[in-house]
Parts: sequence; structure tokens; C-alpha cells
Amino acid sequence: MSVVEKVTQDDDLNVVSDVVVRFAGDSGDGMQLTGSNFTEATALYGNDLATFPDFPAEIRAPAGATFGVSAFQIYFGSDDVTTAGDDVDVLVAMNPAALITNRTDLVEGGLIIADSGAFTDKNLNRAGYSENPLTDGSLDGYRLISIDITAQVLEATKPYGLSHKFAVRCKNMWTLGLVMWLFERDRSPTIENLKSKFASKPEIADANIAAINAGHAYGETAELPTGVEVYRVPRADVSPGLYRNVTGTEALAWGLLAGGQLAGVPITFASYPITPASSLLHTLSEQKQFDVVTFQAEDEIAAACAAVGASFAGSLGVTSSSGPGISLKGEAISLACATELPMIIINTQRGGPSTGLPTKTEQSDLNLALFGRHADTSLPVIASQTSADCFDVAIEAVRIATQFRTPVMILSDGYMANASEPWLVPDFNDYEPFPVSYETSTEKFTPANRDPETLARVWAKPGTPGLEHRIGGIEKNFDNGDISYDADNHQKMTDTRKAKVDGIARYIPEQELSAGQAGGKLVVVGWGSTYGAIHQAVKRSRQAGMDVSHVHVRHMWPMPSNLGELLGSFDQVLVPEMNTGQFVQVLRSHFMLDAHALNKVSGQPFKIREIEEAIAAQLEVVS
Amino acid sequence: MNAPEKVTWKDFETDQEVRWCPGCGDYAILKAVQRTMPDLGVPKENIVFVSGIGCSSRFPYYMDTYGFHSIHGRAPSIATGVKLANPELDVWVVTGDGDGLSIGGNHMIHVLRRNVDLQILLFNNEIYGLTKGQYSPTSKVGTKSPSTPDGSVDLPLGPCAFALGAGARFIARSIDTEMKHLTEVLMRAHDHKGASFIEIYQNCPVYNDGIFDHVKDKKTAADMQLHVRHGEPLLFGKEVQKGIRLNPKTISLEVVTIGEDGITEADIMIHDETNKVLAQMLADIHAPDFPEPVGVLYCQPADGYVEGVYDQRIAVRETSGPADVNALLRGGHTWAVS
Repeated sequence: MSVVEKVTQDDDLNVVSDVVVRFAGDSGDGMQLTGSNFTEATALYGNDLATFPDFPAEIRAPAGATFGVSAFQIYFGSDDVTTAGDDVDVLVAMNPAALITNRTDLVEGGLIIADSGAFTDKNLNRAGYSENPLTDGSLDGYRLISIDITAQVLEATKPYGLSHKFAVRCKNMWTLGLVMWLFERDRSPTIENLKSKFASKPEIADANIAAINAGHAYGETAELPTGVEVYRVPRADVSPGLYRNVTGTEALAWGLLAGGQLAGVPITFASYPITPASSLLHTLSEQKQFDVVTFQAEDEIAAACAAVGASFAGSLGVTSSSGPGISLKGEAISLACATELPMIIINTQRGGPSTGLPTKTEQSDLNLALFGRHADTSLPVIASQTSADCFDVAIEAVRIATQFRTPVMILSDGYMANASEPWLVPDFNDYEPFPVSYETSTEKFTPANRDPETLARVWAKPGTPGLEHRIGGIEKNFDNGDISYDADNHQKMTDTRKAKVDGIARYIPEQELSAGQAGGKLVVVGWGSTYGAIHQAVKRSRQAGMDVSHVHVRHMWPMPSNLGELLGSFDQVLVPEMNTGQFVQVLRSHFMLDAHALNKVSGQPFKIREIEEAIAAQLEVVS
Repeated sequence: MNAPEKVTWKDFETDQEVRWCPGCGDYAILKAVQRTMPDLGVPKENIVFVSGIGCSSRFPYYMDTYGFHSIHGRAPSIATGVKLANPELDVWVVTGDGDGLSIGGNHMIHVLRRNVDLQILLFNNEIYGLTKGQYSPTSKVGTKSPSTPDGSVDLPLGPCAFALGAGARFIARSIDTEMKHLTEVLMRAHDHKGASFIEIYQNCPVYNDGIFDHVKDKKTAADMQLHVRHGEPLLFGKEVQKGIRLNPKTISLEVVTIGEDGITEADIMIHDETNKVLAQMLADIHAPDFPEPVGVLYCQPADGYVEGVYDQRIAVRETSGPADVNALLRGGHTWAVS
């Protein structure tokens, strides 16, 4: 559905079920801010939505450069929305580079709003245009609103006496005003945001507010091309309750704090800056009223080691990074495996290998999470599937780490970390506490004591009288924790560490189906942030009469105990992943399944259509 | 209530068999550390020893305190984590020249710079012992080892000068077998709030035997050790007639003899442990041209990292409300759907 295809006419308004809008401009044009304000207005309007911020690695690329284009996409509608949308209905292009890099994603007949003032010879050249596309007819297949926004903004902000430079910076708000008019959004939350953001500079706030109002007024009064009118996107039918927008980073940070409270354990969060994981450190550093200490270490290794040291001292040590940094932390994580201390490692995956595509998304660190350490160091791996889901995943990781005294890896990704989605805010009182018991009794104490059920090693923290003990990386005697080079003992310790992690499968929920039922023709198995695209693709395919189900795995290791049986009940298994086929190999080798891979490694999330087509192709093979 | 039993150094021995080579300097250091422990005034359960990898790093296994034998070079980071989690703990780091200055050099810089309240004991034997005798970053040029059969060609670094460059606020040097001196230095290090760095000359009888004999030999010790004490003149020698003078023309230290060339005690420099420039010069003088300075080279306390972190936390908590997850989740913009 798109703005091209009107569903019904209602009070002379065009009613559409869902829309994709993409704001694109220079990295200095404020497109992320524009997008987040439009998102808030859309959430308040009552549409369901999902967003996809897509920004360049360069902080300030040369103005007008194609590699400096920053974009923010929002998909909103009256039905459930779980991806940022396949094709763009409305493209805001603040300069030629933004147009040339985004035009191919626009639907036929889609709407382009372009700042003609930025289509100068210099910018056209830089973007690679020999002719001005706004005037040469090459955009005839689309509807085009070509306005000199720069001139409009200078006029609108004249009363506030800003310098040319500052006045031009209000362009994004003017554009936002126009797009808000197009979709009947309320400007007042954005106006309030501007007032508080520029509280100390009221003339800047006033100029921005004047710009947004001028953009809105332009829509109301100007004669726009035929067919460009206000669109109404009916409110979504969502569960009642209190909502907010949340990014994966925020949800993960808050989940750690919540988990710490449920466990009754303080958190020491040690990290080293890396895109796209740094914002987790920023978010937690602002929460000093909680029992959390944050530490920006000198490098990734130090961050991981500080987390291990903190866990030894009775805190829950948490470290976070992205793929390259996780590689560096490997030895410290293995130490936590060997010493059986709780620890959480968060990997916000990005495009790789090496520096790769630091601001783009990928799921290519599953192998690293499962196998990326020396020796037999199996550890639980949990993957969050949406931004909001990061909250529950973090709590689950805290539960497993503290109850089983093991490092736990959380897999997020750059897409989830930055994208926001509306979240029905849970009541923290509904969460069941899982309090940790530190050892205090000196009776028969050894650091090797373990819970007979969970096999969790005793947690005796320094400061406890009578429990002085030594731990370390050297193999330990099973009975008393002393260092031991005994052959049989090493076998027994290796088996025990493995049994402990494998046994966690008994303490996690059984795998459920996200859609469909067991025993059908095809199951699509996903993990992580492909949830939204798979969910929609399976839903549409089922609506089209296809026998297809959806299983989305959260516990990547150990896997739910019923997963093999569940997947085995289907004729075919299709595994879409944003890598070259990592989970599919695990499923094949672990369950001897003839699973098929669907891979995409472009730095961009799956489109719904791509998965729909794969489902159709797969079922055609079967029939 | 019964008075608590007095803790003795014996209480700090573990039941583990000590596995250093016979004659290793580590035995003497272990004894000195154990003998220091009862005098710290710290409950035994609050003491933590953290080490990396290497011969010296086996140390925690032999101390009946809390201990963590971690991974190569990372003891300063592990110890920082321990301290961040519980600032009440009295944390000691045991490391060596390879562990602390090669693979873990970066962490050493930053733990000193941050001034984390730790005692860092760096056993310097100028060799890799556990890996069977390769030269280390403190080995003198020309050191023959399995990896440098024709002699090493790269210049060594001086641990005390390294620490000073990293911004350490307490730097001392001592010698494995000088029990009395070493325990005094350990006490001073413990009293210092912040990161305390102690280089200990330690003999490796297997791979680098006798490397410090010129300093330790009873016959020459008086001439080859310069015991620095705050406020006292830098005098040394059997007859305490030799001393260190600042040559203002070259801005460098020189050895002079009282009574020769008109030198009197008034010409001898007085040790000022708060003087960083003097500390730098003392860190850089070595045998055979100079006696080796031992004692507290530099002590100039500054604010500690962990204390700063907790102070900020206290300040925030004075103004913020209680830690309430529900309030956190509902902060910012929310909207109700009915």
C-alpha cells in the first residue's frame, strides 16, 4: 500500500493504510533529529510505526557528497508495523546527493520533496548529475515538489536576526512542517522539544518554530502538484496502555538496570567506545542513581577484564562492544568461563569484517558468539529480536549469568540499537525477582563447591570473613579448587563446564511459533532483528494461502530443548540471515536438518518482499 | 565477646606447595609480603591479590587472602574492576617485567594515570622465566636468550621512569632479598592513597642469574645502593662519604666524594620525594656509573579514580530520586492508548 494507491476517500482526504517516509540530506542537515521528531508526532497520532536511521560513518563528510548522506526512514500505518518498510513512498531530498542515493528505493509515482535551493551546479556535480534532475524531466515518473527551501527558511526566520549560517540550519524544521501537514501530524510536541532543547538560546528556538510553522503553512496554502494533498493514515488498533518510543540501546540499558535489581546485584559496566555500541555506555553513565558503575576503559581487553574483576568482587561485570572489539575480549571471556564467574557481553553487531561498515547492520557475529574463543568455552547466547525486546533479553541475560555463574553473550545489532519502536511500557512489578545468594558459610567451604542442580559454582565475594580463596585460569581440582594438572580431573572439569551450560536448556522457555503451527510445509526460522521482516512476510504469505510458519529463536545457545523436534515436523526449513549462513549451519549440524539458507549481507535489513519471494520459491520447490 | 586472635604472618601462608625454582627471588618477596600483612591494619578478608601470567603471577596462590590469578598482562584491569565493584577492598597487583611492561604495558600506563588505589608490585628480573628465558623489555642490550642468540639489540625501558611518565604518584624501588627495606617500602606503598608502583629487583637463578649481584653483593652493596629518604641527603658508600650532587650546568646528577675537591655535605642533594624532576633523574641513573637508588623515589598524592567515580554517584543521588525502574521506563515522552 502506498500514497500512490488511495484506499478510500474520506472528507476529501486520501486514506491510506501505511506509508514509508524517508528524510535524506547531508550529515549536517539534521535528518536524524527531523526523523525522531516526526516519529514522536506519529506515535502520538496513534499509528503503529518502525524506524530505520541510516547514517554515514563520517561525522562531517564534505557537504553535498554522496557518502555523507544521512537518512532516517519511518514506516507507519494502521496495521501492525514491524519493519521500517520496503519501498519509499515519500522521499525528502535536501540535496542532489540525497536524491541520487535514495531515488531507486522510491516507488513508481512516489512523492519527492526536494530543496531546489541546494541543487546548485556545485552540488549537482558532486553528486554526479550532469543535468538538474528537478528540471530535466528525468523525475517524470514521480510526483515532485521542488521548492527553494533555503529561500523560504531565510524569509521565515528573518525576524529573529540569525546569521545566514544559523538561519539555513532551520531548513530541516521547515521540511518537517511540510511533511507534518501532509500527514496531519501535530506540531506541538516538536515545538515543545525545540523550546526545551534551545532553552538558553530562545532566538534559535523561535526561528526553528517559525520554520516548522512556515513549512506547514506552505502545505496549506501553496498550489502543490496535482494529487499532492493531505493523507490520512487511520490509527492502528493497538493494545491499550501506556506507550513510549524506545531504541534497542535504551531498552538494553534499562533491562540491565532492571535485571540488576531483580537479582539484587550491583552492575559494573566496562566498555570502550566503538560504533554502534558506544551509546550503551552513554545511556548507563546517566543512571548513577541506580546501582551501576560505568567505566570507560583504555581498550576492549581492559573493559572485559574489569568486568571479570568486578564479578569476582561480587558485582555483575558487563562489557559491550561490536564485532572487532568482541574479538579482543575473547581471552577475558574464556577466563570468566574457566573461573565460572557471571558476566555479560553485549555485541551490537555491525557490517564486517574488520572496520567493514561500522554504521550498517549485519548478523555475522553468531559464529563469533558461539565459537569465537580458545578451547572448549561454550556459553549462553541470547539474541534480541526487536528494539523493545532488548529489555527482556537483558533481564534474561542477567538471570542466566547470575544463576549459573557463566558469561552470557547478548547479540543485538546496529539496526536494532538505533531504530526506535513504540513500546507498551511494562510494569516492573510484574517481573519475578531472581535474588542471588552469595556464599557466607565457612562450613565445608571450597571455591569449587557447586549447586548440584544447576552446577553453578559458589559465589564467595572478597570481604566475606573466612572464605578467603584463590581462583584463576589454571585448571582447578573438581573437589577443592586447588590448581590441578591431573588428566582425569581436566576431563571431569571440561565435562562439568559443558554440562552446566547445556543444562541451562532446562531453565529456558520452550520454543514457540510466532505464526502458524507445527507440522506444516515450510517453517521460516529467524533470529535477531530479522523478526519484523519475517513476521510480515509470513503473515502476507499465509494471507495468500500458503502453508508457512514462523519460528524466531531467542536462545541461540543452548537452544530450546524442543527446537529440533519442532523444526523437524516441517517438510522444509528456510533460514533467512544477514550473514552468509551461520545459524543455518548450526541447525544443520545440530539437528541434521536439511535447512535452506537465505542470505543478505549488504548492510541493509531484509525487505519483506525478499523473504516473501523466498517463501514462494521454496513452496514451489516442494509442490 | 572474645578479643579477636592476633593475626600473624603465618596466617597468610596457604597449604599450596610453592612452585618456584629453588633460589628464586620470589620466595624472599613472598616472605616479605606475608610479614607485612599483619601490620596493615586491614581485615584479612578485605585483602585481594591479583596477578597476570608469569612466574611472579603465581603469587596469589601462596597468599591466604582472596586472590585472582588472571591472564597475561591484564592484572591492572582486573584489579580496577575489583576496586570499582568494592572500593573497600585492599587490592595488590603482582606482575613482572614481561607481564606488566610488555603485553600489559597499556594497562599499566592507564592504571597509574587513573591513580586507582592499588599496590602494584613489579618483579623485575629482566627475563621471561615461565616461557624459558626469552629476553624481556627490561633486558639490557646484548642479552643472549633463545630468541636473541646473538644478543638483544633493542633498548630496554626503566620501570620507574615508565611509571613516572605514565603519571604514577608513588614510585619506589626495592630488592628481593632486602627484607627490612622491602617491608618498609611495602608499608609506605600501602599508606599511599592511589596507585603505588614498586619495582623489585628480583633474581632469576635459572635464566638470568646474578643480574643484580652488583647491587646486592654484601661487599659492594654500600657503594652500589643509594638509599633515598625524604628530607635526607643522598649519601652512600661504606664510609657514607659519597653523595649525589646536581650539576646545574648540565642539569644532571653526578657522584661526588665529601672531602674531595672541596665538596662538603652542603653540596649533596637532599631527597625530596615530592619533586618530580628529581624523581625522574633518580629513576634514570643506573650502575655502573651510579649507585642504584632504592626507596621511595616519588610520592605526591592526587585524587583517586575510584573515589572520584563514587563521589559523582553520591552527588547525583543527593539530587535525583530513588532508583525506580518504573519511573525510568516512564521518563520522557509517553502516550496512553485507551
